[in-house]
Amino acid sequence: MAAKTLNINGKQVSADEGATILEAAIEAGIKIPTLCHLDGVYDAGACRLCLVEVTGVNKLLSACTTRIAEGMEVHTDTEQLRKYRRMTLELLFAERNHTCSACVSNGHCELQALAWQNGMDHVRYDYCFPRWSVDASHPRYGLDHNRCILCTRCVRVCWHIEGAGTKNVAGRGAKSFIIDDLAQPWGDSETCTSCGKCVIACPTGALFTRGSTVAEMERDPSKLAFIVNARERKQWVV
Amino acid sequence: MVIEDLVEIAEKERAGGKKTIIRCCMAASCMSSRSEAVKAGLEKAVKDAGLSDQVEVRGVGCMRLCCQGPLVGVEPGNILYQKVEPEDAASLVASTQGAPTDVERGDPEQPFFKKQLSIVLSNSGVVDPERIESYIGADGYKALHSVLFEMTPKELIDHIIASGLRGRGGAGYPTGLKWATVAKTPSAQKYVVCNGDEGDPGAFMDRSVLESDPHSVLEGMAIAGYAVGANQGFIYVRAEYPLAIKRLQIAIRQARQIGLIGSGIFESPFHFTVDIRIGAGAYVCGEETALMASIEGKRGTPRPRPPFPAESGLWNSPTLINNVETFANIAPIVRKGADWYASIGTAKSKGTKVFALAGKIENTGLIEVPMGTTLRQIVEEMGGGAPGGASIKAVQTGGPSGGCIPANELDTPVDYESLTRLGSIMGSGGMIVMDESTRMPEVARYFMEFCMDESCGKCIPCRAGTAQMHHLLDRIVKRQGTARDLATLEELCDMVARTSLCGLGQNAPNPVRSTLRYFRNEYLALLAPGSNGQLAREEQTANSH
Ligand SMILES: Cc1cc2nc3c(=O)[nH]c(=O)nc-3n(C[C@H](O)[C@H](O)[C@H](O)COP(=O)(O)O)c2cc1C
Ligand code: SF4
Ligand code: FES
Repeated sequence: MAAKTLNINGKQVSADEGATILEAAIEAGIKIPTLCHLDGVYDAGACRLCLVEVTGVNKLLSACTTRIAEGMEVHTDTEQLRKYRRMTLELLFAERNHTCSACVSNGHCELQALAWQNGMDHVRYDYCFPRWSVDASHPRYGLDHNRCILCTRCVRVCWHIEGAGTKNVAGRGAKSFIIDDLAQPWGDSETCTSCGKCVIACPTGALFTRGSTVAEMERDPSKLAFIVNARERKQWVV
Repeated sequence: MVIEDLVEIAEKERAGGKKTIIRCCMAASCMSSRSEAVKAGLEKAVKDAGLSDQVEVRGVGCMRLCCQGPLVGVEPGNILYQKVEPEDAASLVASTQGAPTDVERGDPEQPFFKKQLSIVLSNSGVVDPERIESYIGADGYKALHSVLFEMTPKELIDHIIASGLRGRGGAGYPTGLKWATVAKTPSAQKYVVCNGDEGDPGAFMDRSVLESDPHSVLEGMAIAGYAVGANQGFIYVRAEYPLAIKRLQIAIRQARQIGLIGSGIFESPFHFTVDIRIGAGAYVCGEETALMASIEGKRGTPRPRPPFPAESGLWNSPTLINNVETFANIAPIVRKGADWYASIGTAKSKGTKVFALAGKIENTGLIEVPMGTTLRQIVEEMGGGAPGGASIKAVQTGGPSGGCIPANELDTPVDYESLTRLGSIMGSGGMIVMDESTRMPEVARYFMEFCMDESCGKCIPCRAGTAQMHHLLDRIVKRQGTARDLATLEELCDMVARTSLCGLGQNAPNPVRSTLRYFRNEYLALLAPGSNGQLAREEQTANSH
């Protein structure tokens, strides 16, 4: 595969043709904040945290879904982008009921970490305090809609790595929510294989292993990419 | 079907015309005021009077002055009757034989009609949308024949480029260029999609075209299929348009029966089928990538572009997607020539545009005017101004993605660039007139509520941002907002517009921004007194200087 050269934040970088801006940046050691991106599944371009400026392009582009081009000039860390990222995070914190101090993921939460890394120290919007429930019908796992940020990582993992197709999104706008099968209790699902990949994929405390208490949910999503890579390289074929 | 057959159908249709034709509007608006009963009454009256061999009662598509419906037209004589009741039938039929009638007359010479220029709507209100012969009698499917036998796809695309036609679905992308991209993308399978989702509140142009002249859209799609090398078309229509769906089904069946759609059209190697896909009425499904996801049977949410549908669309094949009105322009351009089309309109916006006039205006209904017609000509001359002599305050174009244009800008010509310069957009053609009694912050709140409810929920800025903006607007309208709330609102407008994934979120702030631009004082006057009241008053004073 041919390589292409581009410029990210003033640094000359080369990457494979067909790579995304995000992949090129990671290879060059440049960090771009992401939330809906998950190694191993296709990108949704939904969270908008990875937006970057590309010289000559009027719109901001999501680094996770935009392919590189020869001579591209990318800026990932301008004042404007930092401001938008903080606002996006503030909007998320105000949208549902995120109470870190009582959360299973406290200290291991990607949302919390992003807020910290991006200097989001307070929320200027009114909290919405919506009423959402917790689905504790599954014997091993639970889903707390209050902490869900609708990144759809669990949905993509469920369809494209496990192939079960249990998880999905229902509803519209702020009323969207994650469902199992035809919006039935997770424990009643006939398609769920209880593989737990969705739980590993979740960036917050929304999906959790039952029995975990505050700050106990640690997960390692790189396991998911490991499975996908091994499959693609046919490492397990004897 | 060969050309001789087509000519024969057309000649038979024209020769078979009876001496008198009574046209009765059978589009949704008139039908909602009992035009079906009017038509049945007329048919019975003709029979009772023994005039069946002289008088034809023809159900036709939209006759445009919807507010005066049901409308009935009589030829010869160019006579228009309005607010016709089923009981008027006998008297109306008798009048065709010279008897006097007291059925309310409309004036076909009024500016509402006289200032129109019909291309897309030229068959609307004239042909019977449920009979393909009627369309063929009006030169229908001639353009399809001529491109198949007289033009290469490349010549056809150059022809469309030369006409200057731009997409009527909102963004105004040059149609010929889009066709060229799809044509140039190599693939064994390509698709043509017609976007008939039309979700803007107050807009009914596409519905009228589909109800009044469905074959013009089918013919445009088939021509596009030939140009780009596609053999399958889909028309996406919302389920709320049952009449449009029914007429499309009839049209497709009739066209297929006589070989104008299907395999070997006009005995050429060209093959093109069309299927209807019915949407569930989500506004976001009008966005092209969401629409295609919906056709594929998936949840209708947008995805980032590129890749554009022209490169990778339906089932990852190159896909041409155009609006209903865009397709309806194609056959006339082929028949009458690119130069003719390019001679109408302004330097950068060619041809005509159909608008649905609604709101505080005397004449509500459908109009088609050359690009470059001023807003004043449309709302004051043709629309007759606001009812009761009230003065017009603003005109809203582009629906929830557009903006409010203040009365002092009414002399602006309607074209893509001018409307964008004023902070609005052409949009698909909804035009809502507002009079003095309209409160702009409430208008902004209404459209924001619409966007909040219709947001697909995929991306954060639109999903959570529209909710916060709506909350802030609600506070302001209820006189609880502060100057700080207003500043937060404006900051969110910028952020949501710049960072949202699709056009819904990117344009959702437009109604707020345009009303803030022209009617800022209305917002300031609503700010609550209190700690920030001082700030508000200062800004208000600064503004009035
Ligand atoms: C939220 C949203 C709603 C849209 N709704 C419609 C619609 O109802 N009809 C339409 O033709 N285009 C609609 N569009 C524009 C389409 O995405 C697309 O640009 C258009 O169908 C292309 O056709 P054209 O080139 O003929 O204009 C919408 C776009 C957005 C972002
Ligand atoms: S901008 Fe709104 S409608 Fe568009 S993808 Fe984002 S959430 Fe969905
Ligand atoms: S990581 Fe790219 S949009 Fe979420």
